[in-house]
Amino acid sequence: MSTYTNALTVEDAIAALAQGARPIAGGTDLVVGARQGKKRLPESLVGIHRIAGLDQIEENGDGVSIGALVTHQALVTHPLIRKSFAGLADASAIVGSHATRANGTIGGNVMNASPAMDTGAPLLCHGAMAVLKRSGGTRRVNLAELWTGPGTTSASADELLIRLDIPLPPPGSGSAYVRLQYRRQMEIAIVGAGAFVTIAGGKVTDARIAITALAPVIHRAEAAEAALIGTDGNAAAVEAAADAAAAAARPISDVRGSAEYRRAMAAVIARRAIETALRRAHGHDVTIPASDSTFGST
Amino acid sequence: MRYPITLHVNGIPYPIEVTAHTSLLHAVRDEVGLTGAKEGCDDSECGACMMLIDGRPVNSCSYLAVQAEGFAITTVEGLSTGGALTPLQMAFLQEGGVQCGFCTPGMLISAKALLAQEPSPTEQEIRVALSGNLCRCTGYDGIVRAVTKVSQSTG
Repeated sequence: MSTYTNALTVEDAIAALAQGARPIAGGTDLVVGARQGKKRLPESLVGIHRIAGLDQIEENGDGVSIGALVTHQALVTHPLIRKSFAGLADASAIVGSHATRANGTIGGNVMNASPAMDTGAPLLCHGAMAVLKRSGGTRRVNLAELWTGPGTTSASADELLIRLDIPLPPPGSGSAYVRLQYRRQMEIAIVGAGAFVTIAGGKVTDARIAITALAPVIHRAEAAEAALIGTDGNAAAVEAAADAAAAAARPISDVRGSAEYRRAMAAVIARRAIETALRRAHGHDVTIPASDSTFGST
Repeated sequence: MRYPITLHVNGIPYPIEVTAHTSLLHAVRDEVGLTGAKEGCDDSECGACMMLIDGRPVNSCSYLAVQAEGFAITTVEGLSTGGALTPLQMAFLQEGGVQCGFCTPGMLISAKALLAQEPSPTEQEIRVALSGNLCRCTGYDGIVRAVTKVSQSTG
């Protein structure tokens, strides 16, 4: 027998989770997945969409806190996200359809832990920390430790993601997310890549590159980052970094593409992401979403 | 277990009973009795079931009715008042935006959500906003023309 309760506070929600309920907000993964026959709806649900305050994007001195209920639509229209976290805006701008973006939340996206989720790579590159709360206390975990496999996380069933904390990038930084897509909307990444770079004194002083839909979890490609750091971001360095990102791929073959095709495209998409992040770090305007504005570039 | 809830659809409160897993679409069609919104794919691909919740476009086939209690729900039946078609509905007729009609309620709702947010959208913005709505007759050009016409007349 299925049951449902409304949570009005975080405390309501974590009390329900402790009793075995599963959280639901926009339903764009949970209910749609059930309709598609991927996974049955949980018998016991707690609606967390009415919890006040979790839908806020808050700037503090050295970073931004994104509440778990913040929608993709809210992210992509937020001036600070577009300016300082453009890679995240690139991703939220192309999730699903306008209805998906109006209801789908960043918290649901992160906890659904799809290896093809668009926001995953830019969140990793920006160093986002997930804040998980349960009746016993609160802990912060980085996303590389949160995601353990396709659709699985290291969070226990009684923990609720309440927000993501992301540090403000230093001056001279830029980020981007690019996916390979057969269509611009209602699409899931065939291959994706996120990049974050900081440039100081003409040199790349920090680089973070992550790959999407190319492994059981979205993860950073350290060899690609090393190939870029210390260079001036010239074409050869970008090429080397993109090739290293592709070399880190362990793709599968599925309905959206073969492993061979994914491996071949990984370098192309990684290069577009890195180039876009570099251009933004140099202060150039590259239209959000970068997947559309870099389409067709060689 | 059945839950007594009140859905506010097009400004009218409807006290109904649903299970935890009942979709908003089935609640509105079967319990409230408004059959304008359609069930096409039943997994958020086609947009035939599109409704507004507090102005946000929602695929109602994949949204739980219990989650919608207390919010303002708008279906295609709520667009016109007093039996007169809205300019958007008139434009769909005039521009050939209606063929078999199955997608029309969802198209109108998505277009309304867009125009509320952006009164003068570009053609590209219209196509993006309608990309979650499939027309099985493939009559997209007439639909885009209709939305363009309204955006120009009011924008």
